[in-house]
Amino acid sequence: MSDDKQARPSKSDWQREYDATRLRDVPFETMSGVPVDPVYGDAPLPGQYPFTRGLHAAGYRSRLWTMRMFAGFGTAEDTNARFKEILRNGGMGLSTAFDMPTLMGFDSDSPWALGEVGRAGVAVDTLRDMEDLYADINLGTVSTSMTINGPAAALLAMYIAVGEQGGVAKADLAGTIQNDILKEYQAQKEYIYPPRPSMRIVTDMIRYTSAEMPKWHPVSISGYHIREAGSTAAQELAFTLANGFAYVEAALAEGQDVDQFGRRLSFFFNAHSDFFEEIGKFRAARRIWARWMKERYGATDERAMMCRFHTQTAGVSLTAQQPENNIARVAIQALSAALGGTQSLHTDSFDEALALPTEKAARIALRTQQVVAHETGVTNVADPLGGAPYVEWMTDEMERQAEAVFAHLDELGNGSILEGVYAGIDNGYFVGEIADAAYRFEREINNDQRIIVGVNEFTDGNEDDETNLLRIDHSVEELQRKRLEAVKQERDSAAVEASLAAIRTAAADPTVNLMPPIIDAVKTYATEEEISNAMRDVFGTYVEQAIV
Amino acid sequence: MPIESTDTGQPTIRVVLAKLGLDGHDRGIKVVARILRDAGMEVIYLGLRQTTASIVAAAEEEDADAIGLSMHNAGHLALAPSMLAALDDADLDIPLIIGGIIPEADIPVLEDAGVAAILGPGAPAEEVVAAVRGAVAARA
Repeated sequence: MSDDKQARPSKSDWQREYDATRLRDVPFETMSGVPVDPVYGDAPLPGQYPFTRGLHAAGYRSRLWTMRMFAGFGTAEDTNARFKEILRNGGMGLSTAFDMPTLMGFDSDSPWALGEVGRAGVAVDTLRDMEDLYADINLGTVSTSMTINGPAAALLAMYIAVGEQGGVAKADLAGTIQNDILKEYQAQKEYIYPPRPSMRIVTDMIRYTSAEMPKWHPVSISGYHIREAGSTAAQELAFTLANGFAYVEAALAEGQDVDQFGRRLSFFFNAHSDFFEEIGKFRAARRIWARWMKERYGATDERAMMCRFHTQTAGVSLTAQQPENNIARVAIQALSAALGGTQSLHTDSFDEALALPTEKAARIALRTQQVVAHETGVTNVADPLGGAPYVEWMTDEMERQAEAVFAHLDELGNGSILEGVYAGIDNGYFVGEIADAAYRFEREINNDQRIIVGVNEFTDGNEDDETNLLRIDHSVEELQRKRLEAVKQERDSAAVEASLAAIRTAAADPTVNLMPPIIDAVKTYATEEEISNAMRDVFGTYVEQAIV
Repeated sequence: MPIESTDTGQPTIRVVLAKLGLDGHDRGIKVVARILRDAGMEVIYLGLRQTTASIVAAAEEEDADAIGLSMHNAGHLALAPSMLAALDDADLDIPLIIGGIIPEADIPVLEDAGVAAILGPGAPAEEVVAAVRGAVAARA
C-alpha cells in the first residue's frame, strides 16, 4: 500500500468515489422538491476510514439495505411457500430460521425433539429437507442467510449440495451463515461442543469459504442474541466486537491472511428502542472494528476493516399486551437501523411476543421497512445525523464503554482477546453481566421507573386483544418423522457409515479441514444428528453451569 | 385466593426452576429466579436442557414445594403434559407453574391438563410471587 493511501482522506477523495458510484434512478430531493447533497460535513466522510459515517461514499443512494425477512416454521415445504411469498412481496433476500432440534444437532426423531419439531423454525434432518426448502428458488440470484451455529458446517454443506443440484456452483452462492459459536456460550445457548473444538470448526469454515466461496460470509458475528438475553447496548457492542477479534485471532493463529478472510466477516446487531443510543452503537461499531483491524491485526485492505452488518429489530421489546402497538416500535427501531447505516434489515412482526408471525403480520413488518426506505427521505443523505453533537457524543460514549470491556478481556487473556473470551465464558463473566443487566431492566419496569406502554402504563385495551396467531399443526412432528424414516430407508447405509467415519477421522486431526468430508456426508443423506454425533464422539459436548 | 406476602413464621417455599427440553431462552427464568429469591423463597435453578426425569429427581432431592418451567418455543402443549405425567408417576403432588410465550387460547388447555399457574411475558414481580405462593397454598 502506498503512503498516499495512509494520508488523511479529503473531501475530493470522497467526491471521486461518489462520482464513480452508480446511483439508484430516483430523485435525490425532499418530497417538496428541495434538492439535497449526498452528504454533509467534512472528511472523514462516508466510505472513508474509520467508516464511522458509513461504508460507502454514496450511502443508500447507490443501493438500499437488503430487506431480509427471517422465516421458518413447520416442514420445508411450509417454509418454502413463505419464502416465495416474501420474494413476491419485494423481499430481497432469504433468511432461514431452523427449529430447535436442528439448531442443537438433533434429528426430528430424537427424544430431545419432542414438542419442538417445526415449532420455532423449520425442521431440517437431511439434504432431502434442504432440497424442499429451497425448491424452485434460484440460488444463483437470491442471497440466503442461515441462522445456525453448532451444526453450521452440516447446513452449509447441504446448501452447497442443493446449489450443485440446481446447477449453481458453490463459488456463485451468495449469503451468510451465522456460525458465531462464541455468543452461544454467552447468550443464545445453542452450542453442541466445547468452545475450543467449536472454534476449530469455525476457522475451518472461514478457510474453506475464503478459498472456495468468494460471495459467502462464513460468520455473522452476532450481538443480537446478547442484547435479547438482556445486555445493555454497550455490552452488546463490546461482547460482539470482542468475539469478532477472537475469530480474527483464531484465524491468524492458523496462518490465514487477514486481508482475505477479513473481507468476508460480517456482523449482526439488534435495533432496540432507545433511538440515539442505537444509532451511536452502530456508528461506534464501524469505527472500532476499522481501528482494531488496521492497528492491532494489521489489515491493509480497507475492505477487511469494514464492519458490515445486518440488523434485526428487538424481539424482546415486543409486548404481548396490545400487540398492534409493536408496529410503532418496529418502525422506530427500523429507522434507527437505517440512520445507523445497516446493510440489511429484518423487521419483527407485531405478533411475535405471542407466536411465530402470521403471513399478514410478516407482510406488515416488511412494509414497515419499505415505508422507511421509500417515504421518509432518510436514504437521500448518507449518515444524515453525523456531526450532531448528541449523536457524536453517544458514538464516543459507546466506544469508550466498549474499549473498557476490551481492556478487561485483554487482561483476562494476558494480551489475547481470544483467550480472554474463553476465560470469560469459563468464569461466567458474560452470562453474569448479561443477567445483571436484564434484572436491572426488569426491576426498573416493576418499580415504574421505566414505562413500557401497555405493560405497566396505558393498559386500557389490554383485555380486548384478539390476535390471529399462526398455529403449527401437531401433525408436523409426525409428518417430519415419517419423511426422515423414508429417507433413511432409501439411502445407501454403507456409504453413510463410511462418510461418518471419514468425519471422525478428520475431526481427530486438527490439520484437516472438516468441510470436504461433511459435504461428502450430506450427499449420502447422512442426517444432521449423525454428522453431529460423529463430531460429538471426538469433541465431546458442552454443558453450561447453571448460574442465576 | 389472596395470600399475604408477610408470611412470617411459615416455612420457606422451595422452588425448582428449569428449562425443559432444548429451548435455550433463559433470560426470563433467570429474572424469575431472582424475583422469587428476593421474595424470600429458596430457588434451585437447574439450568438448561433438563429432562422430566432430571426435574423429578431434583424436586424429590430438594423437597421442592413447586416446579417452575419456562417455555418460549411453542412446545408447551407437548412438554407440560409430559412433565405432569412424570410428576404423577413419581407420586409427587407439587404444583407445576409455566411461564413464557403461551398463547391465550392454550391457557385453558394447560389448566385443564393440571398446570397450576401460567405466567405470560411481562408479568410483574408481584404476580409471579403471588402465583407461586397461591399454587403452593392450594396444595397445602
